[in-house]
Amino acid sequence: MSISTRKDTLRIAMVGNPNTGKSTLFNALSGMRQRVGNYPGVTVETKTGSLTLNGCTVQLVDLPGTYSLAPQSPDEMVAIDVLLGCRGCEPADMVIVIVDASNLERNLYLVSQVLELRRPTLLALNMTDIARSRGLVLDVELLEKQLQIPVVPIQANRRLGLDRLKSRIESLCENGGVAVVGDPLAGTGSVFPEPFQDELAGLAELLADRPLPRYLVERLLLDCGGYLEHELLADRSPDVHAQLAAARRRLAEAGHAVPGVEAQARYAWVDRVLEGVVTRPDRRMQTWSDRIDAVLTHKLGGTLIFLVLMMVVFQSVFRWAEPLMGWTEAAMALVGDLAGAALAAGALRSLIVDGVVAGVGSVLVFLPQIFILFLFIALLEDCGYMARAAYLMDKLMVRAGLSGKSFIPLLSSFACAIPGIMATRVIENRRDRLTTILVAPLMSCSARLPVYTLLIAAFVPQTDYLGGIVTLPGLTLLAMYLLGILVAVAVALLLKRTLLKGETPPFVMELPSYKWPSLRVVLYRMFERGWAFVRRAGTLIFAVAIVVWAAAYYPHDTSRVDPLITQRLEQLDKQLAAATDAQKTEVEKWEQERDDLQNEQAGELLRHSFLGMAGQAIEPVVKPLGWDWRIGCAAIASFPAREVVVSTLGVIYNLGTDTDEESPALKNQLQAATWPHSGQPVFTLPVALSIMVFFALCAQCAATLVVIRRETGSWRWPLFTFVYMTLLAYIGALMTYQAGSWLMGA
Amino acid sequence: MGRLSEFEIGQSGRVVAVEGHDPVGRRLLEMGLTQGCPVTLVGTAPLGDPLELEVRGYRLSVRRSEAARVEVESA
Repeated sequence: MSISTRKDTLRIAMVGNPNTGKSTLFNALSGMRQRVGNYPGVTVETKTGSLTLNGCTVQLVDLPGTYSLAPQSPDEMVAIDVLLGCRGCEPADMVIVIVDASNLERNLYLVSQVLELRRPTLLALNMTDIARSRGLVLDVELLEKQLQIPVVPIQANRRLGLDRLKSRIESLCENGGVAVVGDPLAGTGSVFPEPFQDELAGLAELLADRPLPRYLVERLLLDCGGYLEHELLADRSPDVHAQLAAARRRLAEAGHAVPGVEAQARYAWVDRVLEGVVTRPDRRMQTWSDRIDAVLTHKLGGTLIFLVLMMVVFQSVFRWAEPLMGWTEAAMALVGDLAGAALAAGALRSLIVDGVVAGVGSVLVFLPQIFILFLFIALLEDCGYMARAAYLMDKLMVRAGLSGKSFIPLLSSFACAIPGIMATRVIENRRDRLTTILVAPLMSCSARLPVYTLLIAAFVPQTDYLGGIVTLPGLTLLAMYLLGILVAVAVALLLKRTLLKGETPPFVMELPSYKWPSLRVVLYRMFERGWAFVRRAGTLIFAVAIVVWAAAYYPHDTSRVDPLITQRLEQLDKQLAAATDAQKTEVEKWEQERDDLQNEQAGELLRHSFLGMAGQAIEPVVKPLGWDWRIGCAAIASFPAREVVVSTLGVIYNLGTDTDEESPALKNQLQAATWPHSGQPVFTLPVALSIMVFFALCAQCAATLVVIRRETGSWRWPLFTFVYMTLLAYIGALMTYQAGSWLMGA
Repeated sequence: MGRLSEFEIGQSGRVVAVEGHDPVGRRLLEMGLTQGCPVTLVGTAPLGDPLELEVRGYRLSVRRSEAARVEVESA
């Protein structure tokens, strides 16, 4: 049989088990010509790349890694849709299956399913170096003969064998079409026993009025009561259901009960195919991967190494990112100053300096942390440790209703929730992944530190315990971190019992062999993910920053400012312009006075801006938390990012925007602030604690919400996150303030 | 005959059957724990769970509760 269809573009789908280097091969083949495709209603994404072969454009689709083509959810159905062409998309013209040469037995399970799709198929035999290092000898020619499809040995991470792979693809797509030569399963016979094939034929006949692809009929027979039955038979006659049940009963009686028959039959087929293909060493070689594994999963040593490793990762994120973040901030401040100097005072200057530059800055300032975290995550993934980390932490995480796979994403979230949420892609179970995403923002990220630092330094007394090893400020900081963790555990347990209730997903996963990480692969993944954040989240965060700027700037009613201030400012400007060199000391004094007045003017304008009005409007709501309208106002302004609260407080307290958490002036101002009528101080210890608790639990981070939207594919989840976290934050702050005041009063 | 979850570290055996048709049971089969397949318990995580198995030439991690589904005969 030979089919040949003339086409302008060929679609080639890539499938493979996880950890087989599929994405590495995809990147090596398509280079930079990639884009991410999203399918409606699913949370997985498929990447599409293109390359030109023999003058023919080839579209390459990278499908999510999977051990089996047995769809149990819409997410897993994507692969079938792409391969077989359902729901409006054309079937793939060719399939490349990537297999791990050192682990052929299990990898060929998926191959046996792919071959049943009856699409032209090519086998890329990856990681041949690892197979060799284990003393395995593979007869590629024999494997090719057994499978009756082209088999090409490659080493994707070192880009070896790619030319041969491309030329094999070319030879398959002669004449612009793809030729199917023979039946791939003819050499080894069908996978399934005869009674099963008979039932299959019977079922296909039953569905003949609206025929399904043969593979889907087979899945219907195999996947009892599963997703497919529901999806494919919903509008068929009840008779079909009865016949299906009867067919399964007959198979069980014949000793081929579904679903067990599938694994049994496929692995028997794999054994037939591999007969003589793989020669193993007489005695199993103790590989260096085994030796490393023995150490890294050792009860004591393994745990110790794990803890040290996580600490190194964590420390480096802070240590390395700190100077980079400092430079980014300094650079943005410089750009702001330059723009400020070049433009006349007014709305445009304010828009550029306080809106655009600050908005871009709020995206850029997190990039160092995000990139460094992605670097570590890519490193851990590529060397094979990621799966071990999940293995080591599983029992602990199970107690929180999650699995070991949630550990690294949640740990990353202590630096920044964004890479943490993006790292949840390793969790294949949708409910576990969603739970992890929803609690990740509760980990105290680095953006909360400025808030904690400022308030602790200003209001928590410096009391030492145990001779200064433990201090009250230190304990307070620790309490904030613990609060986040404890609330996250409670929320996760609650979610898993209510909204995201379901069967515990299996933790049956491969622990891949260790290998040297490839620099190219690691850097590529780091930039790919970092760039994805900038491109998709950046624009929205920027937009939010502009909106908040506008709320803080307009209506910009200068008549609200005390006319005396305006007059004095004009006078000072004139004096400064006319000043001579001899008046140096006076000039300094005038400049100081001018800066103070300008800050006062800015404060007055902010108090009468939309933001200020909103702050005053919500004062009744925040008063039970011990807050005045100024704190409420700062809390609203910090919606795009928590750390903005510090500089907003700076403006409100007439200190200008250049205040940070270590500024003594802001500390003093906060300590001196009083309620207008009673003259009582606004900031007391309970108020400071209430603000800290609020910021520990709130979702004041536009970037996180945008990333949740992107990872879950709908606005429902970020909205849910925002509502539940704000509610928790409010209740937490309320309890803290009320209990604190009562204790202080008692 | 016994359960895979009751194996001592280093013990080997052959799979007799896997219980259950739910996702856990199906996944165990897909990963290669079919009837007659040799399996070795290589070790456990520091907290005693999950287990690390050697099966079909690769390392597989399963929770103790999942391993309890696998009926094995000791070699």
